[in-house]
Amino acid sequence: MARLTRPRRALSTNPLKSSAPLGAAMAYLGIEGAVPLFHGAQGCTAFAMVHMVRHFKEAIPLQTTAMNEVSTILGGAEQIEEAIANIRKRAHPRFIGIASTALTETRGEDVPGELREILARRRDFGDLKVVYASTPDFEGALEDGWAAAVTAIVDALVPEADPAARPEPTQRQVNVLPSANVTPAEIEEIDHLIRAFGLTPIFLPDLSTALDGHLAEDWSGRSLGGTRLDAIPAMARSAATFAIGESMQGAARLLGARGGMPVQVFPALTGLRAVDGFVQALMALAGTADAPEAIRRDRARLQDAMLDAHFQIGGLRYAIAADPDLAYALSSALAGLGAEAVAVITSSGANPIVELIPAEEAVLGDLGDLEAGARKGCARLLISHAHGRHAAQALGLPLVRAGFPINDRLGAQDICRVGYRGTRAFLFEIANAVLSHPHDAARPEDFGAAPIEPEFEHDRPQTAPH
Amino acid sequence: MSDALKQTVQEAFNEPGCATNRAKPAEARKKGCARPLTPGAAAGGCAFDGAMITLQPIVDVAHLVHAPLACGGNSWDNRGSASSGPMLYKTGFTTDLTELDIVMGKGEKKLYAAIREIVQNHAPPAIFVYATCVTAMIGDDIAAVCKAATEAFGTPAIPVDVPGYAGSKNLGCKLAGEMMYRHVIGTVEPERTTECDINIIGDYNLNGELWQIKPLLDRLGIRILGSLSADARYRQVAMMHRARVTMLVCSHALIGLARKMEETWGIPFFEGSFYGISDTSQALRTMCRMLVERGAPADLIDRCEALIAEEEAGARAALAPYRPRVEGRRVLLYTGGHKSWSVVSALQELGIEVVGTSVRKATEADKARVVQIMGDETHMYENMAPKDMYATLKAAKADILMSGARSQFVALKARTPWIDVNQEKHEPYAGYMGMVDLVRAIDRSVNNPVWEEVRRPAPWEAARPATGLRLAATSQDPAPGPVNDPKDFEDC
Repeated sequence: MARLTRPRRALSTNPLKSSAPLGAAMAYLGIEGAVPLFHGAQGCTAFAMVHMVRHFKEAIPLQTTAMNEVSTILGGAEQIEEAIANIRKRAHPRFIGIASTALTETRGEDVPGELREILARRRDFGDLKVVYASTPDFEGALEDGWAAAVTAIVDALVPEADPAARPEPTQRQVNVLPSANVTPAEIEEIDHLIRAFGLTPIFLPDLSTALDGHLAEDWSGRSLGGTRLDAIPAMARSAATFAIGESMQGAARLLGARGGMPVQVFPALTGLRAVDGFVQALMALAGTADAPEAIRRDRARLQDAMLDAHFQIGGLRYAIAADPDLAYALSSALAGLGAEAVAVITSSGANPIVELIPAEEAVLGDLGDLEAGARKGCARLLISHAHGRHAAQALGLPLVRAGFPINDRLGAQDICRVGYRGTRAFLFEIANAVLSHPHDAARPEDFGAAPIEPEFEHDRPQTAPH
Repeated sequence: MSDALKQTVQEAFNEPGCATNRAKPAEARKKGCARPLTPGAAAGGCAFDGAMITLQPIVDVAHLVHAPLACGGNSWDNRGSASSGPMLYKTGFTTDLTELDIVMGKGEKKLYAAIREIVQNHAPPAIFVYATCVTAMIGDDIAAVCKAATEAFGTPAIPVDVPGYAGSKNLGCKLAGEMMYRHVIGTVEPERTTECDINIIGDYNLNGELWQIKPLLDRLGIRILGSLSADARYRQVAMMHRARVTMLVCSHALIGLARKMEETWGIPFFEGSFYGISDTSQALRTMCRMLVERGAPADLIDRCEALIAEEEAGARAALAPYRPRVEGRRVLLYTGGHKSWSVVSALQELGIEVVGTSVRKATEADKARVVQIMGDETHMYENMAPKDMYATLKAAKADILMSGARSQFVALKARTPWIDVNQEKHEPYAGYMGMVDLVRAIDRSVNNPVWEEVRRPAPWEAARPATGLRLAATSQDPAPGPVNDPKDFEDC
């Protein structure tokens, strides 16, 4: 179990983390008809937007309050109001999610107060849901910003259920709060698992219809899909709330309290043991002691895949750099097959799951730490986002891309490493990366053997054929 | 079968150098040593396969399979023989005969053209032309084509007239050695020779096993002049007649070649193994003694003993940390050749219990050795059908199976650790460092958490008896002791 260490140094070399507002914006994009709005300078938004565009290969409708020198000094309330008015005019959103940035947080604005005042005054904004999350860039990582945004959505849009006048809960409806690392394809896989037991999930947020990469019929300037706005208040009537990833603990607790329902946090859904736990919870919720044939078959296939892949993964020394929830999910699945994480680098100290990562130490660090740790630990494989390619190149190691951003490959939204099927694909992916490693071919010098004598080599030109 | 091939096969069976053969009465000897295969219950390769296994590791030669696609196409690039240089041996060359080629009798012409194309495009030191069932049956005279091609193109084209139906894989290995004796060995003179030149026959440098041994030889000043066929160059095969001593690596298949080389060029040979610590030491000792007998400096023996002492101490020290991790584990060995039980004593030294071993290709002397190491005969299996092996493993009578790839899935489906010890394996286990690697592999496999993971009951099984867990022993387990079962599915 990992001890979190924070290197004492001033310099970050090749940063691992993406900042919190970006995570918040990504979460907002999983709400139907949404436009995320950064309260900050124009550049904050531009960088985050380009980052997401390159990862998802989609137009990202991210807007900005475009703080300037004067508004930064005098206060940004007017900028917020103007931004909302302009976005309404241009994109007709049904939801605007505001994320603060380091700039406005450093100034110390009371945005919730200002926002209350604006919304009370501007009756014309009445058709619009506006949510605000405090996500200063200087605190936490992508998954923290995402979690803060989801918490803010729950807080603003899910009403407190009155225990006395509470309607009968919809017993076959379940809330699912995925953490930032859960991809669109993974939400689909989780959806498939839940529905297999006759349950209906509400995902908050739901990137599987928003950023799954589909060609829409129209240009909207808003998110392309996501959690339906009317489904969010309905979450109070679900039978249970499941969180996928420890970073969603807070949002899940809040939602559970609003609806008076049980809450269960699944730190990961990658790996046989983790998926078994999830299936067990689904069986309990569905009131069945059985599982559909398709699920049984998927599990048996995962078992077989584990046996096939353990030859490559057993004893595999690897280094991983990712946000805490993702680092935990992937490393615990690999530990189940005997892999050894020689270096674990993570991006946020806020998530207690870090302590459960199967490694001696987890460094709150950067990709420079990944490279150094992999070199020192004689790793044979790296797991990180796309920027890990520099370390991979320097070390001559294969890189399995995981997390955000993956901007040098297509199909980041299709990566699925959860559930029995996703775990199977992940194990094959790791094993194949090992198999494709050019170091596999033995050379005499690997064993300290002298080269063969030149005399034995065939070097004479052949007689020209007739 | 052509008369010439028939005679070659007959000669191969009548091998005076072979202890098994000598032990047989004259009548049985005539029948040869290949057991007749049982239709519907046979597995393992053909004679062509055996010839390819023996010769294909010669790395700078173009290996041309004269056949319809299956023989070459379904078998190429499937073995782990490593090369320190040329990679031509990994290229799959075949004449890919079509129906029209066969019906119209165009095989020989196509073969001649194929040889020409190889010479033009790759200029190899030699081309080995493999006959196969179909081309032998339609009467293609590959010897004549090779002769004509050699004269025309100036590159030796060597006929390997070992069609698959001639017999077993083992016979194919023998005949491949015979082809080298007839056509290659003795055709090139080395520029220089030393008093410490040796041949190594019957090693294939699987994943670099030769290189685990070579540093030992380098340190003793022993030079591998001739090799059949670990990391071998064509010239090394052609120069084999100038070595001082031949080491025959755990293989009865090539003993005929070793004997003929002794008779023709006076090169004495010995059988040895580089699997296991004591066998490696024994092989080095014998090698040095024989070299000294043939004129090498006498201090070679002392240097050899010093090297052995150092290496054995190093290996034992490297193995010690693994003892607590592997102690008490029970291993079932299932493989051909005697390489498997040459590691038995080393495993026992680490506290591993060997619960059974196959003796399918063992000589009587080998069997006696197993009895000596393991106490009695009850742990020797002749053959074990996959179903019986599955039952044995499922009943947890062994914690780990060491075998060739064909029983890999028997072990895995029984949720039992498996170590590959045959020629398709991906890790080298030769010599002192190889033994440490093998034990490391056993540790890595048997202590992998995956076994506990895959044996855990599914969520829907939690309330019921766990079918994923291992069953107690049942009466279905096979009776121990030698059984002569023709259902031989794991071949060496």
